[in-house]
Order: sequence, then C-alpha cells, then structure tokens
Amino acid sequence: MSFIKTKVGRRSFLKNTSLAGGGIILGFNWLASCQSQPVEEIMAMPDAWFDINAYLKIGDNGLVTIMSPNPEFGQNVMTSMPMVVAEELDVDWKNVLVEQAPYNADMYGFQFTGGSRGMMSRWESLRMAGATARHMLKEAAAQKWQVPTREITTDAGKLYHKESGKSAGYGEMADAASKVAVPDEVKLKEIRDFKIIGHSQKNVEGKNIITGKPLFGMDYYKEGMKYAMVEHPPAFGMELKSFDASEAKAMPGIKDVFTIKAYPEDFVKGGFDTNAFPELIAIVGNSTWEVMQAKKKLKVEWEPFKTYEEKFDARGNTRSVTIPAGLESTENHLAMMTEYDKKPGKIVRKDGDPEAAFAKAAKVIERTYTAPYLAHNTMEPINTFAHVDNGKVFIAGPLQAPGFIEPAISASTGIPAEDIDIEMTRMGGGFGRRAYSHYMIEAALISQKMNAPIKLMYSREDDMTNGIYRPTYRATYRAAFDENNNLIGIHVKAGGVPESPLFADRFPAGAVENYLAEEWEIPSNISIGAFRAPRSNFMAGAEQSFLDEIAEIAGKDPIDFRLELLRKAKDNPVGKNNDYDADRYAGVLELVKEKADWGNKEANVYRGVSAYFCHRSYAAHVLDLVIEDKKPVVKKVTCAIDCGIVVNPDAAANMAEGGVVDGIGNALFGEMTFKEGVPQKKNFDRYRMIRMREAPKEIEVHFVKNEIAPTGMGEPPFPPIFGAVANALYKATGQRRYTQPFLGNNIDLEIKGTGS
Amino acid sequence: MANFKLNINGKVREVDVDPQTPLLWVLRDHLQLFGTKYGCGVAQCGACTVHLDGTAVRACVLPISTIREKKITTIEGLSETTDHPLQKAWIEHDVPQCGYCQAGQIMSAAALLKDNPSPSDQDIDNAMQGNICRCGTYTRIKAAIKTAAKMS
Ligand code: FES
Ligand code: FES
Repeated sequence: MSFIKTKVGRRSFLKNTSLAGGGIILGFNWLASCQSQPVEEIMAMPDAWFDINAYLKIGDNGLVTIMSPNPEFGQNVMTSMPMVVAEELDVDWKNVLVEQAPYNADMYGFQFTGGSRGMMSRWESLRMAGATARHMLKEAAAQKWQVPTREITTDAGKLYHKESGKSAGYGEMADAASKVAVPDEVKLKEIRDFKIIGHSQKNVEGKNIITGKPLFGMDYYKEGMKYAMVEHPPAFGMELKSFDASEAKAMPGIKDVFTIKAYPEDFVKGGFDTNAFPELIAIVGNSTWEVMQAKKKLKVEWEPFKTYEEKFDARGNTRSVTIPAGLESTENHLAMMTEYDKKPGKIVRKDGDPEAAFAKAAKVIERTYTAPYLAHNTMEPINTFAHVDNGKVFIAGPLQAPGFIEPAISASTGIPAEDIDIEMTRMGGGFGRRAYSHYMIEAALISQKMNAPIKLMYSREDDMTNGIYRPTYRATYRAAFDENNNLIGIHVKAGGVPESPLFADRFPAGAVENYLAEEWEIPSNISIGAFRAPRSNFMAGAEQSFLDEIAEIAGKDPIDFRLELLRKAKDNPVGKNNDYDADRYAGVLELVKEKADWGNKEANVYRGVSAYFCHRSYAAHVLDLVIEDKKPVVKKVTCAIDCGIVVNPDAAANMAEGGVVDGIGNALFGEMTFKEGVPQKKNFDRYRMIRMREAPKEIEVHFVKNEIAPTGMGEPPFPPIFGAVANALYKATGQRRYTQPFLGNNIDLEIKGTGS
Repeated sequence: MANFKLNINGKVREVDVDPQTPLLWVLRDHLQLFGTKYGCGVAQCGACTVHLDGTAVRACVLPISTIREKKITTIEGLSETTDHPLQKAWIEHDVPQCGYCQAGQIMSAAALLKDNPSPSDQDIDNAMQGNICRCGTYTRIKAAIKTAAKMS
C-alpha cells in the first residue's frame, strides 16, 4: 500500500479561482475546439463546476475536467497525464474532459516537455491529485451520510456506503468535496488495481486533429492581427551591417520594416536562451503572402562579425561563452575533427590499465564514426502569436518550456513576469527545437513596436537555416583482443562541433576490464541545441555498430555477446558510477531476441540488432532488411522497451514507432552541411526526409512488464535504431558503414551479403 | 488586388487578394480555415493538400487566380460529421502524434481511395510519397488507409 504526502507541491492544491464555474480557459478562438471528446454523446455539460485542485474540477453532473500540465508535441501527454489523474480519482474515462493547463508555475511546477521527463517527473503529483480529490469526495459523502470515511468506497465516479446501502455520483458530492480540507496524506491505488493506466485510450485530441480544428500556434488568430516574418543573416558568422527597406515598405499590405534584438545586450542567459542571430529585420504586413513578397525586396548588407562573448547563468554564477568569428564549412569541420581525433583528448574515465592492454593485445581494431549536423524540421514551422498591450504581454504559441523563456521576454519588453501570460498551444512537433523559444521574444518585441497583435512565422527556409541544429560528431573506438579473440580493452575518443557526445559511464563501461574514454570539443558559431535524445542519438549508433564488429571477431552471436558483457557488468562490475541497470538492459535484449525470433534465419533477410540505455529507459531493436532494386527496404522492426509502467500502451507504441522511423530516416538521409557559414539545405527538396516508401513495412513494439514507476519514453527508442540500421546494412552488403547519412541521396546498394 | 469567388466546401466565399496568392494563404489568412497547413511552401511536404474537383493538389503552390469555378474541398469539408471512412479509420488506429501533417495525409488518402477503392501497398506508397510526417506515423497511416478501404 502506498501513501503519498500531499505536501509535495502543496501549492497545486490552492484553490484555483480562475478555473471556477465552467470557465473555458483556452483562448477566445478556441471555443469550438476545447472539448476534447464528443461530450454531447456522453453527458450534457454541467451547470456548475467545482474546483477540487489545480488538476481537476468536477461538474455537478459527474463530468470531470482534468488539466494536462505539460505542453503537448505529439508524445500524447495530453491523454496519458489525465489518465493517471483519472485512475486515482476512480472515474470512468469516458466522463473525462481534458484541457491544456495554463502556464502557472505556482500551480503546476515546471511545465516542461523534453528530456523524456514528462511522465517520469509528474507520476507522483498526478496520482496525488486524483487520489486527493477522491479522498475529499469520500469525506464529503461521509459527512453527509454521517458514517466513517473509511467505510466509503468508490467505483467509476460513484461513492458507496455498503452498510447503509447509500450511493451517490461524484457530481452530487463535488460542491461539498471542494470545501473539504486538503488531507495531509492520501492512499494510492495498488498497481494491480489499475483500470485506466495500462489500458490504451485514444488520443483526446484525435477528433480535433482529423477534422482540422485550429489547435496549433500557426492557427492562432485574432481579428485585426498583423503578420510578421524576420530576415536573419544568410550565414553563421555574419551580422547586419545596413539595410534598405524602401522597396519592401512600398509593397502592398506592408505596415513596417524594422530591426529587433531578441536579447538585451547585458542579459545573462539561461541554458536555453540560444539564438543564432542576435539582430534581425522584422517585416510586418496584412497577410503572410504579402509579407513573403516584401521580404524578397529587402536590400541588406551583411558583414562578418568579430568574436564576442555571451554571458550565461551557471547555477548562480555567470559563465562567459566565446562565440568565435568566422565562416565555417563542413569541409573544415571534417578536417578539424580529424585533427582533434589524433590529439590526446580530455580523459573522462579510465578503468584498469588500458595502455598495457592495448600494448600486449594480439589484435587491435580501430573504427571512426562520423555524423553530420541535423535540422529539427518540426512539421509546424516556428511561429508565435503575441500581443503586447496595456503593459501586459500575451503570447500563444508552440513551446516546450514557458519557464525557460519568460525571464528573457520580461527583460526584453521591460514588462514584469507577472504580467506575462503564455498560452501553450499544441505543437506540430518539437524534438528539442522548441525548448529554445527566442522566437517568442521576437514576436513580443514586434507586437510592442507595432502596438498591435501580431503573428510571427518563419518560412520553412527561415526555419531550416536558423540554427539550433543537432551538432556534428565523431567518435573513434578501439578494441584490444587477446590471442583467443577475447575482448580485453576498449578505448573511445569522441568529440564534436561544438560539444562532445560522450557518456563515459554508459555501457560497455563497467563490462570491460580495461577502458579509457576521452573527449574533445571544437568551438563554433553555428548554434546547436537538444535534438531528440541529445548526444545519445549519435553515440548509440557508433557504440552499437562497434560492438557488432567486436562480437563478429570474437565469433559470437551479437545478442549473446552483449548479454555476456551485461552479465559481467552485473556480477563483476568494473569501475564506479556505471550509469545503467544491467538486468533491465539485458531484459530488453532477451525480449527482443524472443519476439523477433532471432534464431530464425530467413533467406535474403538481413538482420541488425542494437540496444541502448538513455533517459532511464532501455530499448532494443531487431531490424530486418531486404534489398529490392538495389535499395534497402526495412521489412520489419521489432522493438523491446523497458520504460517501467506504460500508462497508455498504444500511444507509447506510436511514440516508439515514430522514434524508429525518425531514426531510420536520419541514419539513411539526414544531413545539414555548410559552406562559408551558409546552410546548404533550405527546404525539403534538398533536405531529404524519410517518406512512406522508406518507412518500415511493419513495426512491432513490446514492453517489458514491471511495476517500476514510469521512466523516459519519447527518446529512448530513437538512438539505438541507428545501430540496427548500420548492422543490418552490413549484413546485406558486407560493408560496414561509418559515416552518416548512410545513403545520402540515392545510392544503389550492392548485395554482397554476409548471410543473415 | 482582385476579387475572386471561390467554391469551398460547398459554399461560395469571396476574397479580395493579389491574384498570385496561393490558395493556402487565402484559406488560412483570409477565410480562417486553418485545417490546411503550411509545411514547406514548395509542394514538397503535402501538409497543404486539398481537393480541386476531387483531385489532390498542393494549395501552397496554387495561385488563387487559376482556380476559377473548380470545387475546393478542405479537411473541414471532407465530411459533415467526421464519418468519412478515413477519419473513422484514423481514430481506430489512433494515427496522429503531433497531428500537424494529418489533415494533408487524410486529404491525399481520400483522393487515392476515390480513384482506387482497394489500393495495393505500392499504390499507397505512391500516392502518399508526397506527404511528409516528421513524427513518423507512416505505418499507422498505411494501416488506416487499408482499414478505410475495407470499410467503404
Ligand atoms: S506546404 Fe504545400 S506541400 Fe508543403
Ligand atoms: S503527426 Fe506530426 S508530422 Fe505527422
């Protein structure tokens, strides 16, 4: 039996008056879309709503509205988080309405979507919100019926007193319950009693999505609003020198053209205050099309900037970061990475005596893995609605963490944080990109200058060339073997522009007697940011391809070989701080081995396996490849995932499928390159994205069943698929692939086959 | 600027815009029909897919002046009560992740099924190749199209 102290986040239990009385909290143009389920089929809207706590209110007819606290970008938290509340509240899911919670850190804590932390970090508070409400309902009933609270039971939105035969719906007790004192401690359900958690529920926004309701920031509309776009330097390393907007301003529908600087000069930035181009030219007009046309008429002179410093907050101290001058090219990056790769790096972990192991080795292999920059390419381009009016800022748009950007909006507009309201619209994808919401400051400044509501939009070209990319990385792995081809040492040296991708304490660290990890970093002015499973999305592919080669040399089956290492890491761990649970790691490999029927070797099907740990979860994939017309076709991917309790299994499977597709796409095609600071791809005609034909024909997702509180889900299935692709391609072609993208633009494959 | 009478989802709508304005922006900026999405503006992603006399077209590259009498159908007009077989199948397979591409996917699929009520896998691949889903819901999209084909 678990109890939870309600003191954690006690402020969420303050009465939230703004939500009282059936109020619709979504903005004025959202009325039509705010009902997430076809209510009319279920129950009429109640005449009165009673706030129980920040997460839920109950209508007098028993309908329950549950707030989803975190921003939604397709990971389906808007369904799964309310499911957790509904479970503990013990209400019928079909009587639940869901709303996106407002941005309010006092009530909801850190409202952040990223790092696969959503369910992991909210699990307790969501359960508590439901359980507390259920307790308060019971108490209200006990008072009314003059019976002890402990004798009251609940089931599917109803209260029962068995002894007296009394019963009532939640709606009848909601008013009284809202006045009951918040208990100090509440009892949570036993996991085995879950009726909603663990049972797939449809996406609460599904119907709105397939009927084209205005859910996204791009769809935010206010009568009389103006449309804005920004012009940024064509190259990293450049800044504005001068511009002539006379022609642009004379274009039809154009209201104004002016420059903005998102961040004030002396602003001490937070970790997510990345923006590539400090000064921009804003163009504002009556319609998107007119602004697009005028933008082409701008005459701008750009010039290379000089090296400058940016100040970042580092846990209370100010850290200076140097932004180097220069116009960088992919060619130079590759040459510099080769140079750094040859020099000694910074040693971050050393177990045993790696130097001696390599010196006495009977055989040493060395392999170098490289991956390019990637653009996030969220399907919905960057945009924001902003209205600065009467000393207040109102913003509505797609972002992963309103708390990250509010201080900067306040500093730039000079308006205090309490007068800033940020509405989190549904995001058309995030993948890390929208944790950096400099565009919201830009929108606020444009609105402030225009003294009007505006909608800022980046064109796809602006979006793709604006930076905040996944960095380019390189890793060189060496392995030492004794005369019997037993692995006796591993050396990894990894780095990137501008950050190292290394996780020195992850597998196979802990399983190898002699282990050395080094890293290096090359400064750059091309801005980078988190991209679905940052750093892991490169390291997993490199490491898992390398392990495949080691297994082959050792003459072992690749799954058995990994399991052997994991057994060693468990029974006889090498070194300290090993950052994974060897049993859970082995668990997904064993599950995928069974579900993919690994022993079954079908002719002309080339199989690659890969597994990885990140965001506290474990994922393993077996990828089955066939070659048709000299092109690789992914016939099937079998996934095994351990992310603890799975709240909404079908939606979690959808995420895993998405991670697999995203990973295959980026492994085969994803690439951004630069020439003299200029991004070489600006739209989907040249930036190749995975499309239906290249997607796997079948993806089968299996979850390890356990009672561990949920761990990450959005990111973990993504990194290992890179290794599975590489290993399957090797089986098919007899050639190892070390450089991503593996195929680039349409390379024909020779089938040589090393057997499947 | 010029005046255009458009037949959209069975209603006549009038707009006064630059004749070069793509249908996409007329729908979104001038008529507040937000279901049709902008993803690339160069006919590469399919987010803006609508029907012109029943044929799937990319609204982002279709100047308003070229439309004339042709009937425009957007996602908002695909069905009266969300009962198009594709919409039902989309719900059954719980296809969307972020959802941004999905209106375009459904419109492309609807045009396919109209001409080819029982498409093969390859037919589906061909018809849907122009629609990017950044979230990677392709396997569900394909499954939903097959389900819808069986329904109708
Ligand atoms: S927006 Fe029209 S195809 Fe991309
Ligand atoms: S569901 Fe997000 S782009 Fe398709």
